[in-house]
Amino acid sequence: MRGKTAIVGAGLSEFGEVPGWGHFELMAQAVERALDDAGLKKNDIDGVFAALSPAGLVSATVSEYLGLHPKVLEGTMLGGSSFINFVQWAALALDAGLCEVALITYGSNARSGGRRPGGMVPTPYEAIYDMRLVNGYALAAARHMHQYGTTRVQLAEIAVAARGWAAKNPKAMVRDALSIDDVLSARMVSDPLTVSDCCLITDGAGALIMTRADRAKDFPNKPAYVLGVAADASHDQIAQMEDLTVTGAARSGPRAYEMAGMGPSDMDVLELYDAFTINTLLFLEDLGFCKKGEGGGFVEGGHIAPGGGLPVNTNGGGLSCVHPGMYGIFLLAEAVEQLRGTAGARQIDGAETALVHGNGGTLSTQVTAILGTENTL
Amino acid sequence: MADTIGLGPDQIYRDNLESGEFKIQQCADCEKYVFYPRHLCPHCGSSSLLWKSASGRAQVYSTTVARRRPDRGGDYNVCIVELEEGPRMTSRVEGIDPDQVTIGMALRHAIADGGDAGPFIVFNPDNSGEA
Ligand SMILES: [Zn+2]
Repeated sequence: MRGKTAIVGAGLSEFGEVPGWGHFELMAQAVERALDDAGLKKNDIDGVFAALSPAGLVSATVSEYLGLHPKVLEGTMLGGSSFINFVQWAALALDAGLCEVALITYGSNARSGGRRPGGMVPTPYEAIYDMRLVNGYALAAARHMHQYGTTRVQLAEIAVAARGWAAKNPKAMVRDALSIDDVLSARMVSDPLTVSDCCLITDGAGALIMTRADRAKDFPNKPAYVLGVAADASHDQIAQMEDLTVTGAARSGPRAYEMAGMGPSDMDVLELYDAFTINTLLFLEDLGFCKKGEGGGFVEGGHIAPGGGLPVNTNGGGLSCVHPGMYGIFLLAEAVEQLRGTAGARQIDGAETALVHGNGGTLSTQVTAILGTENTL
Repeated sequence: MADTIGLGPDQIYRDNLESGEFKIQQCADCEKYVFYPRHLCPHCGSSSLLWKSASGRAQVYSTTVARRRPDRGGDYNVCIVELEEGPRMTSRVEGIDPDQVTIGMALRHAIADGGDAGPFIVFNPDNSGEA
């Protein structure tokens, strides 16, 4: 599968606060931009990969909305990681010749439409305790702090780093300065996480166009080749997670690296699903950038902020750029920008490889993808 | 059919709670305990899961204070509890302020009234001094 397919088009809708636009309208805006970006017409699309929360016949709705009769329809709902997972299945469908042009898309007016994220099916052994999405992540953070001495200041470093990147991204929703003290003194939502440890709730949509690698160079923009991709699920409800300090990324990551023939030290830029600050910390550990338990020390001193040692979440992340319920598609779009070299003030010089890691549910589903430029083939 | 196959494990669990009994499953094949109730053992795949009375002793594996506005009921505890038998469950600790719940704290179970949702398990600090 390595290098056999590529992302050749990417588009984002207006995002942040976009009142008066519905899910599918925002999505169509992103699709329009992705098609323009790839120089394709909508009828060129013959594979549709889409998910929305709560789940419906989403890929059928997208097809109906765009007036398509796709040969491949996929809509597996894994939460926010769904879109990284779609890269795997689109790559396989393209490589098998089942379709020629795959569309991966998502849209939501979670902010203006007033629907809060986390619209999962309530699980019978959780709902009675009024367990919200944020509580699950707080439990993971509390356990990590207990087991490894991780501090709230270290978690705050992650929010501050994300804001630093957002300041370099004119499209990021929140760009004003944020200090560690700001994070610590923000309103507590679920101990130890304050509102500044939590992602934004925005409107927004994204769309990606994938084709086989043999025609990837026929498109106007530099392709981002799929070098590796792998998924893992460890639980649905977080009480069933074997160890709250170790996510499925510890399994999806090594499989994706193996497929790509690369390791953590080969990654030029990281886009990690930061629904909460603890996510970034857990994924840095589980994906091999530091040892288990050492994530807190690793992020200190602005190590993942602009000018630090490792560029992570260069668009500002879910914490400061955009997060309309499910964020996965935006991770991929940012990786594509970085690999094309078109990320403006936040561009990582000479970025040839990008690690994209998606998360869904309450640390439930984990999908890792490794993308690269032509030089990595 | 219903005579021979009986009720599903979730219904049996709930019926036990209605009768004031906290029972969890133990696998007859791999001997591990299982919660939540299942038809197949998540460890070995066996369908020979037997009902056993839980000791009700547990400890806090992780805990958080879910912050809520006072006019909506105020702050409350959400935790993951590790039962003495091994399995973990989502629950809450009652009888103390939510921010006084700590990881490792010893607990004893109680059956709470969930109204229409039926009875459910909560925990209280175990002050008996026994390990
Ligand atoms: Zn068993």
